[in-house]
This record gives sequence, structure tokens and C-alpha cells, in this order.
Amino acid sequence: MNAMTVPIANYVALSSVIFFIGVAGVLVRRNPLIMLMSIELMFNAANLLFVAFARAWLHNAGHVFAFLVITVAASEAAIALAIVVAVFRTAAHVDVDDVALMKG
Amino acid sequence: MILFWALAIVLLASAAWCITAKRPVYSVVALLLNFAALAAMYLTLNAEFLAVMQVIVYSGAILMLFLFVIALLSSGVAPFSVGPNRVPHIVYPTIVLVLVTLGSLTWALARTTITTPVSSPSGSTFGPPGTADVFGSVADFGKALFTTNLLAFEITALILLVAVIGVILLAGDQPASEPTKRRAEEVRREMREAILREGDR
Repeated sequence: MNAMTVPIANYVALSSVIFFIGVAGVLVRRNPLIMLMSIELMFNAANLLFVAFARAWLHNAGHVFAFLVITVAASEAAIALAIVVAVFRTAAHVDVDDVALMKG
Repeated sequence: MILFWALAIVLLASAAWCITAKRPVYSVVALLLNFAALAAMYLTLNAEFLAVMQVIVYSGAILMLFLFVIALLSSGVAPFSVGPNRVPHIVYPTIVLVLVTLGSLTWALARTTITTPVSSPSGSTFGPPGTADVFGSVADFGKALFTTNLLAFEITALILLVAVIGVILLAGDQPASEPTKRRAEEVRREMREAILREGDR
């Protein structure tokens, strides 16, 4: 009962596929909101691995780390959405490629 | 095992739906499904506190924020539009890299066996979720967070403070844009005319 019923490799495979779905979302989509949601997907894929390995090793550090990732994801979402609102509040057209103010 | 596969299918389908949906609102719904399935998967992994956190923080706070921003951006003079999707030339090398990474990771991990210890470093042992003091319970998690990982916890508080200040600076008081001013003027004129009509009657 102590050992995991599902092998850890399954979790690694599932987590990588979710992560790469998120990568594809960031690369292909041009809606800044959907790009941000893809980033959340990637955060969650990483979190799933932390929790799965915490369970496999019966070690709390994975849980604490996943908790910190959730906090950072919340801050990131708040700041990124504030930027989206600040940039696109005045424009009728929302396109991430038009935001090149910081380009050298 | 069946539960794992069921949840995995839900997770993958909702993730795919999230990045292919035409409208951002549908993406939010897909993401909600994804987060709920992930919380259930955390429960199967004995991380009950994190499952609750997942529902509260992600589904409750972050997705609400997304919905508010979608509503805010769509409520302007005209609904906002985005450019067409792009498939940059780095996508195809990336797909190859992804398959190689995925294959090698899974292959390497399928060959190793992890021997799960009897008790965790904080002394908790394995037990079903919902019982006190087992691995992953609130007590167990709190003990780990506030003793060995106290510094990380403090730094998290600092990050949240910085995020709050940043959001206030970014989205705080700003002069209204031209379209907003024009729309406000239109509304004011319509209301004035409506009031005058009422007075005539």
C-alpha cells in the first residue's frame, strides 16, 4: 500500500505532454490572454511532477515547492494581466506582435 | 490506475481545447476543467492540501482574474480582434525535440524503481487522505512549510508584495483614452436628449 500504484513514468509522460501543449499555445496563438493561459498550463505540468515525485519519495519538499509555484503563478498572472489591460485598453486590436516598445 | 487514465484523458483534452479555442472565454472554461482534473489527481497522490489550494487559487482567483480581463477588454467600443495564428519555423524542430525528450525521459524512468520510504522527513507516514497527520495533510504540510522551509515562505510573502505594488503601478489611475472619452460624451448627450424629451411630454 505504501508504494505507488501508478508508475512514476506515467506521470512524467503526462506532465511533459501537458507542458508541451502549453509551449505550443505560447508559440502559435497570438491572443495574449490565451498565451497567458498556456503559461499557466506549463506551471501546472511542473506542479504535477513535484507532487508525483513527492509521493514517490514520501518527501514534503515537493509539496512546499508546488505551493511556492502556485504563489508565483498567481503573482505572474496578476502582473501579466495588468500589463495586458494597460497596453490594450486603448486599442481595438489586440496583437502581441505590436507590442515592441522595449525592442532595442 | 483506471482513475489515472481517466484523469489523464480529461487533462489532455482540456489542455488541447484551451489552446485551440477560438474565443478566450472557452479557453477559460477548458482551463477550469483542467484545473479541476488536476486537483483530483493531486488527491490521488495524497496531496490533499495542495488539491484544495489548486481549487481556491487557480480556479477561484486566477481564472476569475482572466474572466474579468476578458470582460474588460471586450466591453470597449468594439470587441477586440487579434491577428491570425502563426506557425513559426521553429515549431517543427521543437516537435522533434519534444518527441526525443519525452521518449528518453519515459524510457529512463521506466527502467528505474523508486523505493518509497516508510515515513517522510517530517515524520508523517502514508495514509488515506482525510485522516489527520498523514503524509500531505494540512498538519504535515504546515510543519514542513513553517520549519524547514520558513525562509522560502517569507520570500513568497515578499514576491506577493512586489506583485501587488506592480499591479497598482501598472493598472492604476490613468487618463481615459480617446475612444472612451468619445463614448462617454455620446452617452451623456443621449441621456440629456432623453431627459429633454421626458420634459416635453
